[in-house]
Amino acid sequence: MTEPNSPEDQTPATTPAAAVLAAPVPTAPPRSQWADVWSQFTHHKGAMAGAVVFILILAGVFLGPLLWQIDPSYIDIRARNQGPSLAHPFGTDQLGRDMMARMMAGGQVSVAVGVTAMLLALFLGSLVGVLAGYFRRIDGPLMRLTDLFLALPLLPLLLVMVMLFRDMLSKNFGPETGIFILMVVAIGITSWMPTARIVRGDVLALKEREFVLAARSIGTTPFKMILRHILPNVVSPIVVSATLGIANAIITESALSFLGLGFPPDFPTWGRLLFDAVDYMQQNPERVMLPGIAISLSVLSVNYLGDGLRDALDPRIRGR
Amino acid sequence: MLTYFFRRLLLSIPTLLFIALVIFLLLDLAPGDPTAQLPLTIPPEVREQIRQSLGLGEPLPIRFWKWLVQFFWIEPQVLIDSIFNTHFSAGDSRVLSWQTRSPVMDIVIQRMPQTLWVVGTAYLVAIVIALPIGIYSAYRQYSIFDNVGTFVSMVGFSVPPFFSGVLVIVIFAVNLGWLPSIYDTTHKVYDWETFMVQLRQMIMPVMVLALQITAQLSRFMRASMLDNLNQDYVRTARAKGLNERVVVLVHVLRNSMIPVVTVIALGVPQIFGGAIITEQVFKVNGIGQLLITAIQANDIPMVQTLTFIFAVLIVLFNLIADVLYGLLDPRIRYD
Repeated sequence: MTEPNSPEDQTPATTPAAAVLAAPVPTAPPRSQWADVWSQFTHHKGAMAGAVVFILILAGVFLGPLLWQIDPSYIDIRARNQGPSLAHPFGTDQLGRDMMARMMAGGQVSVAVGVTAMLLALFLGSLVGVLAGYFRRIDGPLMRLTDLFLALPLLPLLLVMVMLFRDMLSKNFGPETGIFILMVVAIGITSWMPTARIVRGDVLALKEREFVLAARSIGTTPFKMILRHILPNVVSPIVVSATLGIANAIITESALSFLGLGFPPDFPTWGRLLFDAVDYMQQNPERVMLPGIAISLSVLSVNYLGDGLRDALDPRIRGR
Repeated sequence: MLTYFFRRLLLSIPTLLFIALVIFLLLDLAPGDPTAQLPLTIPPEVREQIRQSLGLGEPLPIRFWKWLVQFFWIEPQVLIDSIFNTHFSAGDSRVLSWQTRSPVMDIVIQRMPQTLWVVGTAYLVAIVIALPIGIYSAYRQYSIFDNVGTFVSMVGFSVPPFFSGVLVIVIFAVNLGWLPSIYDTTHKVYDWETFMVQLRQMIMPVMVLALQITAQLSRFMRASMLDNLNQDYVRTARAKGLNERVVVLVHVLRNSMIPVVTVIALGVPQIFGGAIITEQVFKVNGIGQLLITAIQANDIPMVQTLTFIFAVLIVLFNLIADVLYGLLDPRIRYD
């Protein structure tokens, strides 16, 4: 790898100062960090494709109902179990409800659950991670707690939580809101641990840096210190785990709905649509495919997005 | 090393006790009455007797203690009795299922072989496929093979088993009619014909599970190989004139396997958890399916015991992974 230094290699060191001063002055403005991140991100083909697909899915799910104005719960029993046609591009289900409208309504719920649960997990994870990293006294207990949560069998516990608290929450908040709260809380408090560990590691390293010492020497309180100096510097791992968190939450919600322990039957989500369609697999296989492809495609695109973000936010591999 | 092992073993006891307490409290403090499903014509005093017979009359700490004694003291005795034909556990009360009124552990042992067959085979198949893929993609980084491998493993991560399972059923059972869509657990293998039937019904669940595991393992193998391929000792080995096969498959592979082996160990309990969905899709009546039916039937002792068994598996394999890491890599010293 390393070749012996040839005379040509040493010329820059021996250039006289006058020649350096006479050299053209760089006119381009200095690039900001976020411009670098953005240019790296746009060079990652997978990440761009993932971003485009995810935005298309979001647009279809949230703006689609403005164009396709059939009520997803409208029952037209004579038109049941139809294949794709012009009137119903995705066909109809066993009660004659339009599948396209149901896919859009289901997507709204699935994405909403995914994003809200991710935000909750992110908040919990960052809180535990920053506290454990910054305050040495509570580091031990908090990390033991994280290890304990990692040792819990999560899917069985999620199922148990849904079974036990479903009736109570449905009674207090109505069937849809109650299950929504239950899903978000259950997924949120079982998926914050990876974020907490990553954030703690970064905070531990940041705490030893000079700018933190400087800030402390002018009397910055711990609260201000975390808010102004620590948090902005751990944004990148948090953003990456946010994307992975959405993917995880969408899959978990669909899995619970698929096992029949999710939202009530008349309330469509992608997992529920898939579960309902399994019984009609032989007559209408496309009804199984559509929600399944929707789930897989959103998760795949979000995963690629996260992959690209991780690369873009890592200065060591920037510019490759 | 031995002191580390025993220290970890001792530390895992409070961890397990705490997890047992969490599971117990979660199930106990939840609203809902186990006799709520019974007919309303049952008079209140009979209902109270039913509650007593389910073991719900005692205060909470006593019930928790009794469950611990049953799980850690009586059940192992039953196991010893059944193996050595002794009578240690005669007359002791065991953990009973509310659904069948028979001991929970007996049902778990009945269901275990199905899960172990399907999940175990899938895990082995996945390891056999994933390791060569990971090695070759790392060796030819950014080649077509590597890019395709990256894409396939991304898909393997992203397609949930409840979709890939249904998808292969639609393709191979509904459209092509090659394979049965339901796993028949009463099937007995005694000659070549029945073996082929068993093989055919195992293909789809194993395929679905193996896809997921392969995706994760091959990524790990690739990353670990890439870490090692650029090290100085590899250049030394090449400079000595060793042929490429020996350099990659002996020197690099052995060092890269250290983290991969621990990941394989860590994945074992997750497989039991993840197999819940796959078992449900293919109607394999294994442990995961047992958990789902117990949850739907509100069978608290069964749910409690099964969840705790999953927790024990996770803690145990975490310990195994850490010990393996220390054994395989002499640079790591725990003491």
